[in-house]
Amino acid sequence: MILTLLRRELKVARRNWIGLAIPLLFFIIVVSLFPFAVSPDAPVLQKLAPGVIWVAALLSMLLSLEQFYRSDYQDGALEQLLLMSSPTMVATSKIIAHWLLTGLPLVILSPLLGVLMQINHGVEHSAHTWILMLSLVLGTPTLCLLGAVGMSLTLAASRNGLLVSILIIPLYVPVLIFGASTVTASLENMSYNGELAILGAFLLITLVFAPFTSGRALKISVG
Amino acid sequence: MAKAWRWFHQLGSPKYLFQKTGQWLPWIWAVTLILLAVGLYYSLWASPIEARQGQGHTVRIMYIHVPAAALSMVAYVAMAIAAIIGLVWKMKMAFAVTRAIAPVGAAMTFLALFTGSVWGKPTWGTWWEWDARMTSELLLLFLYLGYIALHASFSDRTKADKAGAVLAIVGVINIPIIYFSVKWWNTLHQGYSVTAKGALAPEFQTPLFIMLGATYLLFAALVIMRLRAEIILRNQKARWVEEWATQRSHNGGQS
Repeated sequence: MILTLLRRELKVARRNWIGLAIPLLFFIIVVSLFPFAVSPDAPVLQKLAPGVIWVAALLSMLLSLEQFYRSDYQDGALEQLLLMSSPTMVATSKIIAHWLLTGLPLVILSPLLGVLMQINHGVEHSAHTWILMLSLVLGTPTLCLLGAVGMSLTLAASRNGLLVSILIIPLYVPVLIFGASTVTASLENMSYNGELAILGAFLLITLVFAPFTSGRALKISVG
Repeated sequence: MAKAWRWFHQLGSPKYLFQKTGQWLPWIWAVTLILLAVGLYYSLWASPIEARQGQGHTVRIMYIHVPAAALSMVAYVAMAIAAIIGLVWKMKMAFAVTRAIAPVGAAMTFLALFTGSVWGKPTWGTWWEWDARMTSELLLLFLYLGYIALHASFSDRTKADKAGAVLAIVGVINIPIIYFSVKWWNTLHQGYSVTAKGALAPEFQTPLFIMLGATYLLFAALVIMRLRAEIILRNQKARWVEEWATQRSHNGGQS
């Protein structure tokens, strides 16, 4: 069942690929603004890098939430999906597809941004880029899962675009803190296992609760 | 047990709840005002000033700050419990309670942040610090505002109630973070001291506890007033509301 739903999601996404490229472009552009605005100095940029990349990743995830359930809700497909299978199942497949289409590209793009932000300044062959990718791999699914809850809550609301940001950003903050501090710890040559473990714990907790919650909220919005 | 259970179900009836709270309200207000008067007298006037740490009168902020901060968390938990009752037992009045609590809780949170800021300037030398306690409390304020914004943006009230309830329950995860933040992170904000033995001299503790009690009651009174307005709003077309309203205007605004 989940596979069928997933395949459908990916097919829909392929026909609307430009909508998926926009958050990624946004990610790159936001990060590349910082050298202009703050300073193009390599040590300064390196210090800013974890925070800037993480905030940009968070914002672009937030931006891409817009297409999470919206078009399916508007053309009635969501109602059909909910009739076809359980709400939790629909939410799960949507979340997985959404992460594959927005979170994963973000992770793949992040080394490029690491280069832009001089993350390897002063050291040859450091693991910083890998740590950055690892923190994003653990963190972005959590953002997806929490975003799904917010998105499904606001589907039937009237001013939903900005509303999602207000609802979801407070919940995103812990992920942001630990995601960025993982990379910072790595930059300062300190141990980052604890931060990674906490990111993993966030992921597991949301993995257990968010699909169910999002499913319930979908039923409220559609029903 | 069965009796308590029946009483609980009776509370689900808007009319019963409205009449009961109407009977309680004057008493709650009376006790609140007495406690507030006594508490404020002791805390602002009769209690000693803090001499040892050179804080002088600024220590009096504590009597507002601590109760407001405690209430901000308790209110959120109460909101989430009401939301759970509403979603699980389909009790419509529970949603009214959730909605009644939200602005009061937000006000308490704001008060806690504001008094903390005012207190922080003379003692720590800063209006604001990105410390774990304060940051999580700020997030709590955003959660309250998010709930209010979410509830306000639906045209369908039942949907607004349910969606808001889900959000209230999700946000509860922030409460243990706030509560334990001073333990988990070593930051500027001081650790537990209100209930810790010997941390607070009795002449400070007594007025603080009176103020805590007074604030809890004030919170209850405000929530009940909002709840009653909410009940009337939601049952405009019910016969008993009409009777109540005509009777009220008949008595010249009495009762």
